[in-house]
Amino acid sequence: MSTAAASLPPAATAARVVPKVHWQERLAQGLLLLCCVLLAVFLLGPLAAILVKSVQDKDGAFVGLLQFREYFATPALQRSIWNTLWVATTVTAITVPLAFFYAYALTRSRMPGKIVFRMIALTPILAPSLMSAISFIQWFGTQGLLKGLLGGASVYGPIGIIMSSIYATFPHALMIVLTALLLSDGRLYEAAESLRTPTWRKFFTITLPGAKYGLVSAAMVVFSYTVSDFGIPKVIGGNFNILAVDIFKQVIGQQNFNKGAVVSLVLLVPVLVAFLVDWRMQGRLHAQFTARAVPYVPKRKRWFDTTMFAYCTIVALLLLLVLGMAVYTSFIKLWPYDKSFSLRHYQYGLIDAGVISSFFNSLKMAFFTAVFGTMFIFASAYLLEKTRAMPLTKGAVRLLASIPMAVPGMVLGLGYILFFNHPDNPLHFLYHTMAILVLATVVHYYTSSHLTAVTALKALDNEFEAVSASLKVPFYKTFFRVTVPVCLPAILDIGRYLFVNAMVTISAVVFLYSPSTQLAAVAILNMDEAGEIGAAAAMATLIVASSTVVCIVYALVTRFLLTRTQQWRVSGLA
Amino acid sequence: MTPNSPAVPADDAFLRLAGITKRFGQFEALKSVGLTIDRGEMVVFLGPSGCGKTTLLRIIAGLETQDTGTIVQAGKDISRLPAIKRDYGIVFQSYALFPNLTIFDNVAYGLVNRRQPRKTIAGRVQELLKLVGLPDAGAKYPGMLSGGQQQRIALARALATAPGLLLLDEPLSALDAIERVRLRGEIRALQQRLGVTTIMVTHDQEEALSMADRIVVMNAGRIEQVGTPREVYGAPATPFVADFIGKINVLPAVSEGGGRFRVGGVSLAAATELPAGTSARLYLRPEEIGVHADGTAPAHALPARIAKIEFLGAFCLVGVVLDNGDDASLVCNVPRQLADGAGLAPGRVVGVTLPAPAIRVLG
Ligand SMILES: Nc1ncnc2c1ncn2[C@@H]1O[C@H](COP(=O)(O)OP(=O)(O)OP(=O)(O)O)[C@@H](O)[C@H]1O
Ligand SMILES: [Mg+2]
Repeated sequence: MSTAAASLPPAATAARVVPKVHWQERLAQGLLLLCCVLLAVFLLGPLAAILVKSVQDKDGAFVGLLQFREYFATPALQRSIWNTLWVATTVTAITVPLAFFYAYALTRSRMPGKIVFRMIALTPILAPSLMSAISFIQWFGTQGLLKGLLGGASVYGPIGIIMSSIYATFPHALMIVLTALLLSDGRLYEAAESLRTPTWRKFFTITLPGAKYGLVSAAMVVFSYTVSDFGIPKVIGGNFNILAVDIFKQVIGQQNFNKGAVVSLVLLVPVLVAFLVDWRMQGRLHAQFTARAVPYVPKRKRWFDTTMFAYCTIVALLLLLVLGMAVYTSFIKLWPYDKSFSLRHYQYGLIDAGVISSFFNSLKMAFFTAVFGTMFIFASAYLLEKTRAMPLTKGAVRLLASIPMAVPGMVLGLGYILFFNHPDNPLHFLYHTMAILVLATVVHYYTSSHLTAVTALKALDNEFEAVSASLKVPFYKTFFRVTVPVCLPAILDIGRYLFVNAMVTISAVVFLYSPSTQLAAVAILNMDEAGEIGAAAAMATLIVASSTVVCIVYALVTRFLLTRTQQWRVSGLA
Repeated sequence: MTPNSPAVPADDAFLRLAGITKRFGQFEALKSVGLTIDRGEMVVFLGPSGCGKTTLLRIIAGLETQDTGTIVQAGKDISRLPAIKRDYGIVFQSYALFPNLTIFDNVAYGLVNRRQPRKTIAGRVQELLKLVGLPDAGAKYPGMLSGGQQQRIALARALATAPGLLLLDEPLSALDAIERVRLRGEIRALQQRLGVTTIMVTHDQEEALSMADRIVVMNAGRIEQVGTPREVYGAPATPFVADFIGKINVLPAVSEGGGRFRVGGVSLAAATELPAGTSARLYLRPEEIGVHADGTAPAHALPARIAKIEFLGAFCLVGVVLDNGDDASLVCNVPRQLADGAGLAPGRVVGVTLPAPAIRVLG
């Protein structure tokens, strides 16, 4: 009988069905598990090593919270906490409004040159954060042209740190706020305009509330960037103590790894708090825009557009003055005494001094990071999104992938030496190799790359895997024939992001390099310390140049791919 | 459940489900579902949103695993087999065509993997494209085709490997109304021509009635009725089926015994007998009711008054209230010419006939 009642299950079939798992599915599950284990080893391992170290004395004996008590009994170290927090708060309070009005101009006005303004605003990303510090020393230092503007105050200290950090964090804040403003619904503005709402009222009643979560998110990112950054305060901070530099001093200066671990954990706290706030905001940001929003098309308004144009021009010029000073310094003999053109910093300072090898090390490191990092991150995101079952492993991978965002580079780097330098660690052989630099960098920049990959994968039809299973095609064939080609723009984007960041990173790698694997950003630090500002600027210029080349190549390749495959992509997305 | 559905000889069954249950956390998506499907049959799962149609289809495909229960396909127990080891082709509502591959490569996707010579593959793909009426589409990309064309390609891709079972999950619901009607005819014709056993999921009853050999009506994780379109429409087995498929009048009644039922002050004859005093509900399709102008009505017609008339082109929906019927109201489906000829208008008194064989009595 073809009815339900007739076929009530006999007792034998009521047993829970245990599906046979095909070897291909086992393979996918095994690979996902492997990703999870690798992430755990290379992220949790180092973090655990810090925790362990912080409750031990120099000889490795357990001393409980003794190290913490000692730390909090030292007034100088305590002052660092306060310094770190107020400097980061100040930077946040200045950068976020600055970036917000810049983004406001880019999205709500019809001023000319938006593309150029946008590109200029993103240039700070291409340079190591130390470069801005060097530039500000050139402008405002003892020999600086604009020294008078500071009215006798020294640039070495909080003023220099704040200015340099604003420069370095501006593009990060801008991108977040820009996204928030772009996502808002144009229909709200149309409704407001039909009611003859003045611009200032629209700003306070629509724009600002709409960008609320974006602003908080940007503030958190700027705050944690400033708290975690080590290059800027090291170069321009003078005697002004900051947590990130304290870690460096404890570890490199005094070889006191235990104290270093304690300071790391202290540094972790504000960044973790900012991360959690940002996490909640991201959720609301997306919830806010799930409905179908219509993009806003601004109308021409003469004086508003002019004001916005003037504002952007000033900000863009200031940004260019910072980058320009570093490049200029690298091409003149000696600032400010002999400003004649010269390649001596490149020739003597870098090539003859043998420092140029660190630039090639950086290129190599960035290349490996981009290639292997992208492969691993995309593949693990794919397995995470498209593999069946294994909810626990998936939860673990999701969590592990989001942790790196909350871990300052200094903390990760310190964790790496503590973990891999341990004589009992079977992975000890990685210590002092190029591989460990690549690993630390991939982990350091994991979160954003992972999110890019997940977003691209979520945009694919959910049933590709089901269709290929029904056609008896193994999942990995479909991965290579369909998933990868369709996601290629996102994959290239991840590669570029990793490359550019690997070129400029310093905090995660400053503990990890060996004489033969010194990186360009570290070389800048050392040259600055030795007073060779010209050579340091030359190295920074090389980094900016190579990252620019990579970005241009990325843009060209992406455009080529898009035109070549436009046939399916343009209409395919329609 | 339905005494009317034809008994299927056990050996002829192509697919046999027994005791299928599935939970998502605390939620019971399927509650002991059993079903047999003949070779070459087109079966449609019909039910409201969330009743478990897709879940059942995915369990048959091996894309989900049932908690308990067995599935036997072509005499082989496939209950525990992974999807890739089962024999079926599937078409999704979203088409799920590979956007970066040409139509040719999409259709050939499952063939290439079987290490057949290129010429055989090309011939087979061309044959399939012709079958779905798009012989020249091979070089194009999916994005260049309309929704209906894409769905035809998805069908060709699913049929390419000549699977024993074809599964369609709401294949037409992403299309506009005209394309939907056209494609449903094409799919049915193709299915009959190839004789492939097919299961389609839909929540569109018109689609189910027009395409199915048999309809499986589902509700809240259970099968309510299995039967031919005529059976589920004409002889709904449960109140749910009666309400869900087509329009139907419901009259609360009390049995008087001897096949007669009392609705308010009116006594009606039905084909079913219940012990006297049992309360029941009478179900009657609007088109079964005869509406007669006062004077022309046959003797056994019941007096009623027209409450309102809704003009729908080819026919009118006439709402009447029975005299002495406790305000029981009925909707009647009257062809336009009859309505005009009889001069039906709101407020007029008419006679209505309720044929006993058309009245279904359900608890
Ligand atoms: N993976 C899942 N996890 C949790 N609940 C699920 C899952 N898949 C389905 N369900 C739930 O099971 C029920 C049946 O889902 P199913 O997709 O089978 O419904 P359907 O009959 O196909 O409905 P529709 O017409 O909306 O497609 C729904 O209530 C759904 O929310
Ligand atoms: Mg469904």
